[in-house]
Amino acid sequence: MILLSSSLTTPAVGTLFWSALIFGLFFLILTKFAWKPILSAVKARDEMIKGSLESAAKAREEMLKLQSDNEIILRKAREERENILKEAREVRDKLISEAKGRATEEAEKLIEKARIGIENEKLKALSEIHEQVATLSVDIASKLLGKKLKPSGEQSKLIDNYLKEIDFKKN
Amino acid sequence: MKTKKLFGFFFFLLLAGSYIITFGQEVEEKGAVKEKFKANTYILEHIADSHEWHILTKQNGENVAIYLPVIVYSKEKGLKIFSSGRLAHGQQYKGFKLEEEGNLKGKIVVVNEAGLADEENLPLDLSMTKTVIGLLSAAIIGLILFLSLARSYKKTGISHPKGIQRFLEPVILFIRDDIAIPNIGHKYEKYMPYLLTAFFFILINNLMGLIPFPPPFGANVTGNIAITFILACCTFLITQFSGNKSYWRHVFATPGVPFWLLPIMIPVEIIGLFSKPFALMIRLFANMLAGHIVILSLICLIFIFDTLALAPVSIFFVIFMDFMELLVAFLQAYIFTLLSALFISLAVQEQH
Repeated sequence: MILLSSSLTTPAVGTLFWSALIFGLFFLILTKFAWKPILSAVKARDEMIKGSLESAAKAREEMLKLQSDNEIILRKAREERENILKEAREVRDKLISEAKGRATEEAEKLIEKARIGIENEKLKALSEIHEQVATLSVDIASKLLGKKLKPSGEQSKLIDNYLKEIDFKKN
Repeated sequence: MKTKKLFGFFFFLLLAGSYIITFGQEVEEKGAVKEKFKANTYILEHIADSHEWHILTKQNGENVAIYLPVIVYSKEKGLKIFSSGRLAHGQQYKGFKLEEEGNLKGKIVVVNEAGLADEENLPLDLSMTKTVIGLLSAAIIGLILFLSLARSYKKTGISHPKGIQRFLEPVILFIRDDIAIPNIGHKYEKYMPYLLTAFFFILINNLMGLIPFPPPFGANVTGNIAITFILACCTFLITQFSGNKSYWRHVFATPGVPFWLLPIMIPVEIIGLFSKPFALMIRLFANMLAGHIVILSLICLIFIFDTLALAPVSIFFVIFMDFMELLVAFLQAYIFTLLSALFISLAVQEQH
């Protein structure tokens, strides 16, 4: 066998020594001066990215929360507004109806007063007319009779009877 | 977009072409003496480790190569450092020579009084071989790449990635998010440096091995068992040292197993401890080695059939294999890292 008799499958001492030395030094130098700074830089970057992603997620969450809070507040405000408007409407309606009631009352009172006044005036006018008519009739009668009638009780009674006969209601 | 595709195509053509140039030079010389082309020798010469970095052989038989430093230690002569050029063509230097034949072929041996190799006490060979240089270059490229990456991170801080970061950060994040965290869980941070180092170390070496020319590219580094052995050893040690109570109980007193079975179960579990990293070692080694061998074999077809007419076919298949190997380069780095993470996770996971 060529391979077995050759140096291919038997490690040479010199090569072992040098490869151990070179690989060892390569490993130590790279570990100290290359891998540590590189890995820490990569890790720092990864952590930064992770941190910013996390904070972004947190910010988004907070924003969502704020948004929902806003919505709640908005809804509450709307409800409040509705309530206030409703109350106002009620108050207005009440005020209007109250005012209306009072005004009607007042008007009725006024009308009543006016009617009473009118009645009184009418009565007064009627009695005045009675008197006037009596006086006038006495005067007319005395002129007709040529004698002065004394407004004694008998004559007045007579006049009243006449007057009663005259139906005022016809006028 | 179209220009990019064209550029990619030409790049791979160049890649394949440079294989042929590199090997063609060698074959021409052999062709002059009408020697039969031995594909396995060429392939093995490329994928095996060597003390020199062969570039080409001139027509007059002269070798153009980069001679790498030899560092050798023997009891009598002590530590010696010299260029491997002094050992070229079987020369002796300071009592050492590069054995060219026999079962010590390719090894540096001490020469005794008789002028022969002293097989009794072999010297300790710590030479900077082709594999070591390839490995060192990959490590330097990796260091430059990642130290500048770290510097750019210091500059940009936590802002979005710029420049080089845009290419490497997805890979780093992939290892973290798809390998480390799903397997190891919340303790992943401790193991990230090792996983990253292993991944990029294997990847850079794999990719450098795919580029055939010039040196230090094209060395068969991750297809060398010593390197995969060291890598697997690291995974093994990290796994064992991070093993928690439930992990060790699983090994020595497997829950739900009757105690009379334990004499069988304990050795099986202990073998299991070693077989996992052993599989890691063999998988990476065999995959990368196989890739190199397949590409080289396809190139060698031209010289085996001794006709240039086969070159287009060969180049087509080499380009195809290069794409395949590009995938394998990433895949093997990924698998090694993934399995390392998996083995670590078995050691650190909490009892359910």
